[in-house]
Amino acid sequence: MLRLFDMANPLPTTGPRTTNNLRLTRRTAVKLAAVTVAGAGLGAGASSLLTRLGPATPPPYRFFTATEAALVIDLCEQIIPRDDVAGATDAGVVHYLDRQLASRLKRHQRVYREGLRAFAEACVIVQQQAFAGLPVEKKITFMRQVETGRLPGAAWSGAAPAAFFRLLVDHTMQGFYGSPRHGGNRDYVSYKILGLDYPQVIGRNRHQRT
Amino acid sequence: MAFKHVNAIVVGAGAGGGVVAKELSTAGLSVVLFERGGWVGFDQHGHDELISQRTTALGNAFGPDDERYRRVIAAGPGKWRVVLPSEGGYGNNAACVGSGTVSYGAMAWRFMEQDFKMRSTYGAPEGSTLEDWPLTYAELEPCYEKAEYEIGVAGDMSANPFSPPRRRPYPMPPFPLNREGRLLAPAAKRLGLHPFPIPMLRNSVPYGGRNACIACRYCVGFACEINAKCGTHNTVIPTALATGHCELRTDSVVSEVVVDERGRARGVKYFDANDRAQVQTADLVVVAGAATETPRLLLNSKSKLFPTGAGNRHDWVGRNLQGHAYAGAWGLFEQETYDDIGAGATIAISDFNHGNPGLRGGAMLANEFIRLPYLFSNRRPPGAPTWGKAHKDYQRQFYRRSIGVQGPVQEMPVFAARVEVDPEVKDHWGIPVSRLSGQRHPHDLEIAQFTSAKAEQWLKEAGAIKTWRNVPGRGVSGGQHQAGTCRMGNDPRASVTNKYGQVHDIDNLFIADGSLHVTNGGFNPALTILALGYWIGDYITRTWKGGGFR
Repeated sequence: MLRLFDMANPLPTTGPRTTNNLRLTRRTAVKLAAVTVAGAGLGAGASSLLTRLGPATPPPYRFFTATEAALVIDLCEQIIPRDDVAGATDAGVVHYLDRQLASRLKRHQRVYREGLRAFAEACVIVQQQAFAGLPVEKKITFMRQVETGRLPGAAWSGAAPAAFFRLLVDHTMQGFYGSPRHGGNRDYVSYKILGLDYPQVIGRNRHQRT
Repeated sequence: MAFKHVNAIVVGAGAGGGVVAKELSTAGLSVVLFERGGWVGFDQHGHDELISQRTTALGNAFGPDDERYRRVIAAGPGKWRVVLPSEGGYGNNAACVGSGTVSYGAMAWRFMEQDFKMRSTYGAPEGSTLEDWPLTYAELEPCYEKAEYEIGVAGDMSANPFSPPRRRPYPMPPFPLNREGRLLAPAAKRLGLHPFPIPMLRNSVPYGGRNACIACRYCVGFACEINAKCGTHNTVIPTALATGHCELRTDSVVSEVVVDERGRARGVKYFDANDRAQVQTADLVVVAGAATETPRLLLNSKSKLFPTGAGNRHDWVGRNLQGHAYAGAWGLFEQETYDDIGAGATIAISDFNHGNPGLRGGAMLANEFIRLPYLFSNRRPPGAPTWGKAHKDYQRQFYRRSIGVQGPVQEMPVFAARVEVDPEVKDHWGIPVSRLSGQRHPHDLEIAQFTSAKAEQWLKEAGAIKTWRNVPGRGVSGGQHQAGTCRMGNDPRASVTNKYGQVHDIDNLFIADGSLHVTNGGFNPALTILALGYWIGDYITRTWKGGGFR
């Protein structure tokens, strides 16, 4: 693989930083820990960019069952994991998915319902264990199997695993990097990670045209 | 209750239709301008990337909606699939007052002289209906100028030796280069190329009573927050309405041009905002619904003399669907290339539009508009991780350290690439929908290979530490640059209209949009569509003598 993608220490982004030195409240930490999978290694000092995501009570789900939501949170967290900055769980990606599947993305409801069920069942067949209980490396390995469709014949039933997975990845990216008005990207956390202020500072103070 | 008879109906308030409505109404003709969508401004969707013109994850910001509209596309031999407007295969442009000019990137290109005579310059490759336009650049030049001054263009072509001749400079000074442009400019010069600022339909200084651009990062795909981007919705359409001769009828879906037994257009049938069937009569009808909807409307307008649709006597309506085969390259850099100054696309070269050995035409190359975070999550070299920590690391490292150089390859028209009317599928109003099929010509991909290699070379010269190329496949073209489906020509057996957009055989029916393009240039087509609006509007007002033509 390219060296470029093998980065233990991504270069810091420059640009406006507004969230340094914010405290991780105990309540937030407990909540975050509760939804973080075993082995994800959440440290108390995790990061500045996690912390501003307030302890809002998550709204009840509109489409997912509680079981489905737990699996979705787990999957999304592997797709965009927390590291020194926020991941999919922190950004509320599950709420993006849930809200959209109940409204604008209704047409994908069946793929999700069948896909999540098939995923959970296939995991037990292939890994002899529920997904939630797997260590992170095994979770990722199994997700790659689903992504590439390389599963034992009888393990998966329903919508094609690769198509389901592609959709989930795409929607997770939307929930993390898209506008907060749709339920994800809480407090524009991904914009901050990329060094983009919001609302954007514009006008002549910033951009002197000669 | 019948509506009052008017002089002219214009169907579609986009680039072409907006200009024609203004030209006719300022000349004193009474006009009804139909638009199937409504007014869409910044307030509706703001800076929401997921409902924007470039990213339709949650729908089309500028219409049409997924509830009422459908199209059908080819899904293998003899197989068809219904697609929603927000899905890729639909080939959407927009459905609102101003249409694509509300949300476009607003590049303001004139086609070059050779672009109007592609066949005599290069000869048609096998399998292509490549042809010359019936009008020349020199004839259209005054209309380009009028579009640049009335809609508003900022630019300076003095550094581009390939620029076609022009009588007057642009009305506004060019935009400065952003950081990407300042990296690419000296690199282009070292390669012997001729970089210049991209001409833009956007105010670099206050113009037309509207603000100067504040360089926000959300330009392409969004309505302008401060109205600095110039489209028909904030220029010619308000002018037309201010004459008192033009009525804009929004949320009105035209289903048929009524052609009488003598072969003359009498008006249109349409559905109003409450889905009620209505009729509006007029002395003449101008269709400007863009290259997918215009042929659909003509094909749905069957009459005694034209049983297969208005203007379709020789089966040319809907043929030669074109867009652009976008090709180019991406490069990653060690230093920051991002400066958060929009729109982002600032620099271009025209060195490879023509004169490429063994190739028929080519493309302009320009640096890309700002890639917003979700769009960028999909911008990866082949084989790069699409999820997980490595994907996130890439996003963090390269969001501010990447440049794209892309360009619209001029396509070879293909007769079998077409818009038809589906025999079964209908939209919300029961109107048969468009069905798209066909493929790009293989020569398009040869040109795309060539121009993408040039883009990659340019990025390397600018210091990219990794580059990769992107070349499209052969899937049927169209989309926002859709064109060609009602081509103009001198031979009535091999075209749909004459050089003035007047449909052969129906002298009071006109077309005024990208459908007329015989070929689509190696450039974004908006300014050419605007110029054609002036060209056709001028012809109508000069020759129309109350009910007939001189």
